[in-house]
Amino acid sequence: MKFKDYYEVLGVERDASKDDIKRAYRRLARKYHPDVSKESNAELRFKEMKEAYEVLKDPEKRAAYDQFGENWKAGQDFQPPPNWQREHAFRGGTESFADAGQFSDFFESLFGQARGGGFSFRSGNLRTKGEDINANISVPIEDAYRGASRTLTLEVPEADSGGAMTRRRKTLSVKIPAGITAGKRIRLEKQGGPGMGGAPPGDLYLAVEFEPHPYYRVEGRDVHLELPVTPWEAALGRKVKVPTLGGAVDLKIPAGSSSGKTLRLKGRGLPGNPPGEQYVELKVMVPPAVDEKMRELYETLERAHDVNPRAKLGV
Amino acid sequence: MSERSRRTLDGIVLDERVTFTLHELSNACGVRTELVVEMVEEGVIEPVAQLDTEWQFHGHSLIRAQRALRLVRDLEINWPGAALALDLLEELDRLHSR
Repeated sequence: MKFKDYYEVLGVERDASKDDIKRAYRRLARKYHPDVSKESNAELRFKEMKEAYEVLKDPEKRAAYDQFGENWKAGQDFQPPPNWQREHAFRGGTESFADAGQFSDFFESLFGQARGGGFSFRSGNLRTKGEDINANISVPIEDAYRGASRTLTLEVPEADSGGAMTRRRKTLSVKIPAGITAGKRIRLEKQGGPGMGGAPPGDLYLAVEFEPHPYYRVEGRDVHLELPVTPWEAALGRKVKVPTLGGAVDLKIPAGSSSGKTLRLKGRGLPGNPPGEQYVELKVMVPPAVDEKMRELYETLERAHDVNPRAKLGV
Repeated sequence: MSERSRRTLDGIVLDERVTFTLHELSNACGVRTELVVEMVEEGVIEPVAQLDTEWQFHGHSLIRAQRALRLVRDLEINWPGAALALDLLEELDRLHSR
């Protein structure tokens, strides 16, 4: 296992006061707390700083940790000295809510429960509900429209035969109900970490996010689409095909439409009560004058109707 | 080690279509009911309607209660602080999803 430099994790000096440590932790925690932070590695960083704080805020644990001195660098191979568990009896129990199995092997080897000896940090006799697991699930918009099942792989805690916590990969197949929207959470009871002392397992919470789509954008249950049209379709008013999540439909473009005009396809968004709408924003694409024929046609238009679209801009 | 579960798990979507009693909410959060009552009194979560004498909470309250518990524990703040943080975070999410 690797040595962890808890001072480095919190960005404080080795002689930092209790208040300095508390300040550093609180400042970092506000930035990296997984419920607050948008940083991609927030959860991992936060676990590290929580572990560091757990040790450094407790004078007894800090004094024991400080015995290793500053010659130890983060990442060096480490084994606790023999008799460590006998010499140090840590009374942990600082956790106010269920939160077991969160800390590293390094932490557990120094301050955790030694199998067959030592003092238990997480008392094995305690009846504690298993750890809840929070994860994200990325869903294609099409699956949210029709409903689907998705498989995902998670790391879940597991108690081994000796009662120690390890993590293992678990693959689950989860039903995605039709009409689910981004930001919603799905709760899967008893799919979290195992309970201790006969208590039930924790639950699994999946936060739904949508995979980016090449042309749809979703807001709540409404689907937005930018629809390219030709100048003559927009000017003359034509019926065109429009993709929707339920399949292509015909849409009548009103004559005299310009770019930015938005049309609504009622109830063509994600299903629900009421279902979402599909909004179609027209985007006039101008084909380039690639040959002499096209060029002549554009010039005919120019001569026939010499309009100034910038009149409102005063030029 | 990897284990594949054969059946497809059917979860519940935590929205306004599901409700929890005080007891169910406390169980799901892994805390005593007194703590949930405290959260209601401090305005962190709000029961939807009182059926007879029992509180009912929407699915969203479970998410809020769990986030509040984590914030109070990890950031060493109090309930009103957590409620304010959650209100602002939810507002931020709304703005981002536009």
